[in-house]
Amino acid sequence: MVATPNNPKPLNGLKVLDFCWVVAGPMVTKYLGEYGATVVRVESSKRPETLRRAAPFKGSSESINTSGYFANYNTDKYGITIDMRHPRAKDLILRAVEWADLVTENFTPGTMERWGLGYEELRAVNPKIIMFSTSMLGRGGPMESQPGFGPVLSSLAGLTHITGWPDRDPVNPYGAYTDFIVPRFAVAAIVSGLDYRQRNGKGLHLDMSQLEASIHFSAPFILDCVVNDRVQGRQGNRDPGAAPHGVYPCLGDDRWIAIACTSDQQWQSLQNHIAPTGDGWPFEKRFATLMGRKAEEDELDSLMGQWTPVWDDRKLMETLQASGVPAGMVNDTSDLFQDPQLIHRQHFQYLDHPEIGVYATERSELTLSLTPGNIERPAPLMGQHTEEVLTGFWGLSTEEYQSLKEDGALD
Amino acid sequence: MADRQPTSEYLLSPYRVLDLTDDRGLLCGKMLADLGADVIQVEPPQGNAARRLGPFANDDVRPENSLFWWAYAANKRSITLDIETVDGCILLRRLAKQADFLIESFPPGYLADLGLAFSDLKELNPALVMVSITAFGQDGPYANYQATDIVGMALGGFMSLTGDSDRAPLRLSFPHFYLHGSAAGATGAMLAHAHRALTGEGQHVDVSCQQAVAKTLAHAPQSWDIEGVIIKRMGVFRQTSADTKVRVNWRCKDGYINYMLQGGSVAASTRALLAWLDEEGMGDDYLNDINWEELGYGLVRTEVMERIVEPLQNFFESKTKDELSQGSVDRRILLFPVATPRDLLEHPQLEARKYFRQLEQPGRDTAVTHPGAFVSAMGAAQVGPSRRAPLIGEHNFQIYCEELGLSKEELSVLKQGGVI
Repeated sequence: MVATPNNPKPLNGLKVLDFCWVVAGPMVTKYLGEYGATVVRVESSKRPETLRRAAPFKGSSESINTSGYFANYNTDKYGITIDMRHPRAKDLILRAVEWADLVTENFTPGTMERWGLGYEELRAVNPKIIMFSTSMLGRGGPMESQPGFGPVLSSLAGLTHITGWPDRDPVNPYGAYTDFIVPRFAVAAIVSGLDYRQRNGKGLHLDMSQLEASIHFSAPFILDCVVNDRVQGRQGNRDPGAAPHGVYPCLGDDRWIAIACTSDQQWQSLQNHIAPTGDGWPFEKRFATLMGRKAEEDELDSLMGQWTPVWDDRKLMETLQASGVPAGMVNDTSDLFQDPQLIHRQHFQYLDHPEIGVYATERSELTLSLTPGNIERPAPLMGQHTEEVLTGFWGLSTEEYQSLKEDGALD
Repeated sequence: MADRQPTSEYLLSPYRVLDLTDDRGLLCGKMLADLGADVIQVEPPQGNAARRLGPFANDDVRPENSLFWWAYAANKRSITLDIETVDGCILLRRLAKQADFLIESFPPGYLADLGLAFSDLKELNPALVMVSITAFGQDGPYANYQATDIVGMALGGFMSLTGDSDRAPLRLSFPHFYLHGSAAGATGAMLAHAHRALTGEGQHVDVSCQQAVAKTLAHAPQSWDIEGVIIKRMGVFRQTSADTKVRVNWRCKDGYINYMLQGGSVAASTRALLAWLDEEGMGDDYLNDINWEELGYGLVRTEVMERIVEPLQNFFESKTKDELSQGSVDRRILLFPVATPRDLLEHPQLEARKYFRQLEQPGRDTAVTHPGAFVSAMGAAQVGPSRRAPLIGEHNFQIYCEELGLSKEELSVLKQGGVI
C-alpha cells in the first residue's frame, strides 16, 4: 500500500534542513522523507561525504554519484551543495533556518558552532526551530570530540563483547550495527519534540549520544553487573532456557538453519521428525528433559548437526514450522531478495537513478494503516537540487543564486 | 501521571499508553515512557511473561527479580488484568477508550478472537493509535511462524554476516530481534501520532521485526543488488566488497579493541595511529607508504589487509585497553575498547554526562544504577527514567479505583474472580 492524495503522509509539510552524513543520521532523515517530510540535504562537493565514496558502486568508483550505500540511505532527499567554509555560507544557512522546522546534524559536537550555526544562533532567527544533534558520545564531557562511527561504537557499546564463541575472540555484530539502532530512537524523539513544540510553542535542542541510546540494547547485562557483580560474556548461539538452540548445516555451500526448542512440545515434535520410527538418539533418556539436554548440549548439537545436512534449508524450515517448531533458514543477502515474507511486505523498493539505473532500497518496516509511507525519489546527485531549493524553497532571487554560485559558495 | 511530579514538562506528558506486550515489545513502551508518556503495563494476573527472563537480582529467580523486566519496564506503572475473561475484556475496552496508544505483541489474530482487534477498539476510540509488534507482520506467508530470537536473526539476514567463516553463523548472546522491532514500534507510534495531531484520526501500526533486522545490514543488500556479491561473515574481519576487507577486532594486552585501518575520510585517524607506531619504534614502512588519503573508505584490498595485520597486532598487544583508548582520544584516532558492562559503568564520558540514573528498588538498601535517557532535550522539556520497574499489579488501586472509578468492593470481586 502506498501513499496517494487520499492517503496523506503523516509528516507532510515538515521542512527539514539536513546536515547528516554517513549512516546513522541519513537513516533518520530517510524515515522522515518516506513519511512525507521535505528533506533538504546539505553537502559539499569540495569534501564529498564518506558514504559517497563507499562501496558498492554501480560502474566506476570514481563517480561521487554511484555508491549504492549512499543511494539506499538518501532517498527522497533534495541534494544541495554549499561550501560551509565559505564566508557567505552562514547567512545562506540562517535564511534556510527561517524556512525550516527541523535542523538535523550528526557532526562531532562543536562543528555547527564553529560555523556560527549552533542552536543559539539558529534560535535567534527561528525561535521555534527544533535542532536534532546526534554524535558518538554526546555533547559535553571529556570525550565529546572523539570521532567515531558505527562499527567502532558497536564495540564501545558492549555489543562486540557479547558476540562470538566462548573459545574464540569476540567479533563485531556485522556492519555499522549501532547506526541502525540509533535512528528508531531518534525518529521517536524528533516527532515527540515536534509535538512538544506544537503544544507549547517552544523550540528545543535534542541531543542524542549514540552510545547512550545503544546501551539500551544490552540494559539487562548492565543491571546484572550492577546488582550481581557479574560480567556476562559471549555464548555462541546458546540460550539459557532452551535446547536444542543453535544453527546447523544444511544441503549446499554455506547453507544453515536456526532451530530453537523452547518447550517440551516443540522438542517432541522435533524428535518425531528426526526419528519418525520412534527410536534412535532423540529418544535417549538423557535428552528427555530440558535439564538433560542442557547438560549434554555439546553432544546434542553435534547430533543435530549430523541430522540436518541432508535437508534443504527452506524445506526443513517449512517442515518444522508446520509442526510448530521454531526454525528459520539463515538468509544470506541474496536470499533476502527472494524471501516470500519480505516480498509480501514489499521490503525492497526499486528506484530509477540517473547514474546507477534501477536499484533496490529498503522500505520502512512499519505499515501504517491510514498513512503509509512511500519512497518516491532516488538519492540525489551531488548538488542536483541546489538551484531549485535556493530559489524555490528559500526564496532567493535568480540573481542572488547566480552571485553565490559565481562566488564559489555553492561548491 | 498521578504520582509523578516533574519540575517541568516531559516531551510526551499529556499522553497515555496501554502496554500489553511481553519481552517481544517492552522496549517500545519503555521508549515512550522515557519521553514522558504515562505508560501502563497491563500484565496477566500471574505477571508478565518477560519476568521469566534472566538474569535475576541476586540470582533469586522470582518474577519480581527479573533484570530483563527491571530494564525494560522501568518508568511504567503496572496493573494486572486477564483479558481472556469477560470482565477483563470489558475493563480493557474501558481503558482503551481513554488511552492515546495501545501497544501489543501477541500472535496475529489473538486480540481479534477476543473482540479487541484494532477495528473493534477504533469504534470505541477513533483517535487510538494501536501498535502491533510481531516477528513478520500481521499477514503474509510467515505470519504464523514461530519465531524466537535466533530464528528471527537468521531470517532477517543478520546471522549470515556475523561470526567466524569456519563456523556456523552467529547471533548476539542477547536477544535483539524483538528489540529492533520494538524500537521501530516507538517510531511508528510517533509517526501515527503526527497524523493524529493534525486530523484527530488514530490508526494501526503493523511492525515487522524481520524487516527491522533486515535494515541493520549496512551495504550488504546493496552489494548483492548492485554488484551481485554475497557478503560473507569473516570473524574479526569485515568484508567491504568482493575483493576488499578490513580487520575490525584486535586482541590487546588485557582484552580487546576495535580499530579499522581505513583511508578516505578517516585517513587522518590512520595517519595518527601510524605516527604513534613510529613514536614507539614500531613503525612500518609498508603501512606508511600507502596513500591513505586517496584511498576510498572500505577499499583496502584483501592482500594489502593481510600484509598490514602483523605490525598492528604487535603494537596493540603491547598496550592495555585503557592505554590504547586514552591514547586514541588524545590523538583523535578511531579506536575504541571492546567494552564490557563494567567498562561502561565506569566510563568517564558517561559519568561526565551523568547518564546513569539511580532508582530505588524495594528491599534494597541502596538505589540501583539504571541506563538513563536515550536523548536529552535542552530547553524546557525533560526526558529519561525516573521510576523503577513496577511490581506485579502495583498500581491496581491507583488506576482502577482512583482513576477509573471502581469501588474497593468491585476491585475485591475482580481480584477473587481471578480477573486482576
